[in-house]
Amino acid sequence: MARREAPEINAGSMADIAFLLLIFFLVTTTIDVDKGITVKLPPWSDEPPPEMKLNERNVYSVLVNANDELLVRGQLMRPADLRENTKNFIANPKNMPNMAESPKKAIISLKNDRGTSYEAYIKVYNELKAAYRELWDDAADAQFGRTYEELPIEDKKALRAEIPLVISEAEPTSFGEEN
Amino acid sequence: MAKFSRGKGRGTPKISTASLPDIIFILLFFFMVVTVMKDSELKVEVNYPYATELQKLEKKSLVSYVYIGTPQKRFRKKYGSAPRIQLNDSFKEVKDLKLFLEQEKSKLREAERGLMTASLRADKDVTMGIVTDVKTELRKIGQLKVNYSSKPRTEDL
Repeated sequence: MARREAPEINAGSMADIAFLLLIFFLVTTTIDVDKGITVKLPPWSDEPPPEMKLNERNVYSVLVNANDELLVRGQLMRPADLRENTKNFIANPKNMPNMAESPKKAIISLKNDRGTSYEAYIKVYNELKAAYRELWDDAADAQFGRTYEELPIEDKKALRAEIPLVISEAEPTSFGEEN
Repeated sequence: MAKFSRGKGRGTPKISTASLPDIIFILLFFFMVVTVMKDSELKVEVNYPYATELQKLEKKSLVSYVYIGTPQKRFRKKYGSAPRIQLNDSFKEVKDLKLFLEQEKSKLREAERGLMTASLRADKDVTMGIVTDVKTELRKIGQLKVNYSSKPRTEDL
């Protein structure tokens, strides 16, 4: 008979050790996905922006006041209606004389107060962005039969050149109370 | 070989648990990899606003977080209840953003520096005053890629 081998180490408790570690990592893990609205801020310049002669009909002025009320082109509007109205303004399917000549010329001018709540601001910004996204989706569907997200990057760029996202933010007013 | 099995009798064979540690280890590695240790303790209260047009921030290393919100209860005595900015682990002012972002940038490789995103994690109840100040400062610094952290909204407006 051969020489006795060294006794094997009992690996039964290995599972327990691994379990312990597993539970530790389970507890400490926070899989918080970082999501949000991505924006590109305009670069800062110390000189005041040049006076631009804009055709009144191409500017869609959106104002959120300190009471979180929405004023669009001088008229109160519910946030729920903003998306449809914005789409209508940019695309202007009926060629109304008071709406954008073409999507390329449309400008959304967003202004808020220093007392506007962040929630209201995000809500409005989200609707404006959603309006553009829906327009891109519509255009992508008409041209390629696909949604905007599915398009290759060149087509996306071409679409965006056709309907450029222009949300210009004015310096906020400071009527309202800040918290 | 018959020698070994003789004593045991003919009962149902035991299920081998030898591979259990391996399975657990695989799970363990999975969690080790996805775990992001909380890098900073929140000192301000942040409840994200809701939105639908969300984009995912892919690379965590390219994101710098700017928290804005009212100080948590235990800090109220010292710092009051007006919204404050938190960078890393402490309350900061708007003017500290420049240094903070430069430090964050220096951690990145040269090629990635232009891709950095500032994630604005602001509470939904703060007013735009402080948010505007932060935005203006970011523009002055040249950090133009900004993400307004929000939670997905499912119901209609």
